[in-house]
Amino acid sequence: MPSYTLNINGEKKQVDVTDDTPLLWVLRDHLDLPGTKFGCGIAQCGACTVHVDGSAIRACSYPVAAVGDSEITTIEGLSENGDHPVQQAWLEHDVPQCGYCQAGQIMSAAALLNSNPDPSDEEINSAMNGNICRCGTYLRIKRAIKTAAKTA
Amino acid sequence: MIGFSWMSCSTSDAEAGNISDDAFDVNAYIQIDTNGNVTIFSPNPEIGQNVKTAMPLIVAEELDVDWDRVTVEQAPLNTDKYTRQLAGGSQSIRQGWDSLRTAGATAKLMLVTAAAQKWGVSASDLTTVKGVITNTRNGETMMYGDIASDAVSVPIPSEVTLKDPSDFTLIGGHIKNVDGPEIVTGKPLFGIDFKREGMTTAMIVHPPAFGMSVKSYDDSEARSMPGVQDIFTINTSIDEPNWSDVNAFNKLVVITGDSTWQILKAKQALTIQWETVSELESSSGHHNKLAEAVNSGSGDIARMDGDPDSAAGRAATVIERTYTAPFIAHNTLEPMNFFAYVKENSAELIGPIQTPEQLRGSASQLLGMPEENIKVDMTRMGGGFGRRLYGNFGLEAAAISKKIGGPVKLLYTREDDMTQGTYRPAYAIKYKASLDENGNLLSFQAKGTGMSESPLFANRFPAGTVDHYSSEDIPVQTNISTGAWRAPRSNFTAGAEQSFIDEVAEAAGKDPIDFRLELFERAMNNPVGSNNDYDPARYAGVLELVREKSNWGADMPGVYRGVSAYYCHNSYVAQVVDLEMVNDEPRIKKVWSAVDCGIVINMEGALNQMEGGVIDGLGHALYSELTFEDGVPSAENFNNYRLIRTTEAPLEIETHFAQNQIHPTGLGEPGLPPVIAAYANALYKATGKRYYNQPFLMKEEQTETLGAL
Repeated sequence: MPSYTLNINGEKKQVDVTDDTPLLWVLRDHLDLPGTKFGCGIAQCGACTVHVDGSAIRACSYPVAAVGDSEITTIEGLSENGDHPVQQAWLEHDVPQCGYCQAGQIMSAAALLNSNPDPSDEEINSAMNGNICRCGTYLRIKRAIKTAAKTA
Repeated sequence: MIGFSWMSCSTSDAEAGNISDDAFDVNAYIQIDTNGNVTIFSPNPEIGQNVKTAMPLIVAEELDVDWDRVTVEQAPLNTDKYTRQLAGGSQSIRQGWDSLRTAGATAKLMLVTAAAQKWGVSASDLTTVKGVITNTRNGETMMYGDIASDAVSVPIPSEVTLKDPSDFTLIGGHIKNVDGPEIVTGKPLFGIDFKREGMTTAMIVHPPAFGMSVKSYDDSEARSMPGVQDIFTINTSIDEPNWSDVNAFNKLVVITGDSTWQILKAKQALTIQWETVSELESSSGHHNKLAEAVNSGSGDIARMDGDPDSAAGRAATVIERTYTAPFIAHNTLEPMNFFAYVKENSAELIGPIQTPEQLRGSASQLLGMPEENIKVDMTRMGGGFGRRLYGNFGLEAAAISKKIGGPVKLLYTREDDMTQGTYRPAYAIKYKASLDENGNLLSFQAKGTGMSESPLFANRFPAGTVDHYSSEDIPVQTNISTGAWRAPRSNFTAGAEQSFIDEVAEAAGKDPIDFRLELFERAMNNPVGSNNDYDPARYAGVLELVREKSNWGADMPGVYRGVSAYYCHNSYVAQVVDLEMVNDEPRIKKVWSAVDCGIVINMEGALNQMEGGVIDGLGHALYSELTFEDGVPSAENFNNYRLIRTTEAPLEIETHFAQNQIHPTGLGEPGLPPVIAAYANALYKATGKRYYNQPFLMKEEQTETLGAL
């Protein structure tokens, strides 16, 4: 079985998995990073969103072989103390209901603000439309992104 | 009165994690350590309805503690102590209210009594604020933590005085979700995140169609694949299933292995022969059965007032309309999963379950083991919506663990989850109403059908408001597994009934709010029948509140408005939807809600539930459906099952609550049903077209009758 050395949350991690193994299962099954969630497995819900070199990708459909030297950031590594502006805004607006999709939502939002510190409503919509919230916290998510954009 | 069995004190109750070695269980809900930190155990399952914040908040209110010093823990399953530990029917707050208050107030009294004894003063001289006891005679203070060890020895009081609601300091505030910090940092809170040393992963394969079963399988290729441990079948049939044991597929093929991806690949390499064991049903057949039921069927007349047929015969206007809705899946974003570790004489079941007590009972039958040997723990759940009332996945995990003799975590794929559901039934209701020449309602009749239950509630509105009324239930059987889906039956009936009322009001030439208020006026002053299942004054109250807040009747160019009101799960909700047309497409500008759920426990959570209910109700009524062809579901993942997304959500939601001191009721469900009709009624204003068939935006042709195909 091939061996991969991955750069995850600033640390080198080695895993022995087949090259088609999705990053999602590498994180969840092999690296004990369960914050990234499984929702659909086909990049339709966004629950598994992580950052590859700062951009949002769906880890369920991203094979480990494609990672290379890229820097992977998961929800566990978004901030050291849980105080990334997006995380703080999420708490301020008390966004979560069940909470299951929120790691993916936060990672999508953080990637948006990485590339666009002051997004318009349209830009927020287009960045967040791939993330399903089954509980319907969409309005709070939008408000939290605007708050984070102000404080970031 | 409230049972006191849960009041037993102990300093060694190790069922749930202690926060300190010197922590004292004042009762089953409350633990206080010597530093004054308070742990409150939340009895009920948390599915996103935020009871894990609201229930402990009630305890904390009566206990008089500093909320910042409170840690909340999920209580273990122990119905002797916590009675009803179930997430369903929006009942956690309503049914927990008295026990939770009494738990807090009793503990406070015991702390005060112990302090009075220590100081040698009368308890009536002591006051409590935020975990501090003050002797009002000399100003001396003591922390709860200083006296907790003595308080556990105080005899349990048989009577306590509860606070006057006007003295509440926590209840009604904006309190943040207690799990918020852990959610936003990705902590392993959910069942799917649970791990145990030596745990095996398992997945199932179920038949592709309802009406099929496993005949045989060839696992020669799959068995040789890397990471695969074992392949076998399980059967989770039990002799005396209870209501929560809804499951179309008891016999399943199981693959166990080292990791999820390896099992997923092995799953594809399995060759399974299926056999047809009952009818392979299709949606065209369902349509015809529902049509036959409402057009020519007859069933149970659940209620009959007066003589509606004769009244309609002499009416000036008669309106008859039929409404339909399809099967829908729950689609909790966390797919079904469960951990099980079955040993020879005991079992541990841990995971996301709305009905832990029922799962324990069913597992006891399946495993042939007394219930007291089975421990069920609840994790936080990535959504429930009713799906996790039906714990077939918990039984499956138990059967797998028993077979392999070790700890196992069962995980469904999205496809497993969506195609093996306990779906919201497909429904149809035919309404018939008649009006006299002055636009007064003479008669109202409803015939309801569904697979396999009628969606009607015979004693709800408009029963009691009209002399001639009937409600008839004509259920139709199916082999597709169905069950409670958020606001069961109401999630269809509200949309149908309140759309119909809108049409009747229009035929009567009356404003839709005025028309409804006239009916409630009748129910208040001179109700028909005696068993009407609502309070017309509270119903009218939310309509009046939403009328005022939304400025109903104002001239709003380019805005199309619809209204609706519904009572379910003991709470009253009226809603107004404001639509705009953008490039000929409807866009939801704003949804206004007025709610009467009695005392609001946590305003922040209540607002969030209402917003979520609105979006969930709209999403499913506009976009979602599951059809069947020869028993095979039409969708198996989110690429072909449409859920509402952020761009389709209302731009704004504004919610107002009736101010009163009535016993609180739930909010997990009541916000969802009425918005469907408010939307349909607004869309009629925008397009001139009435909407009868859900999902509204996916069905081009909307028909007011249900003809056979």
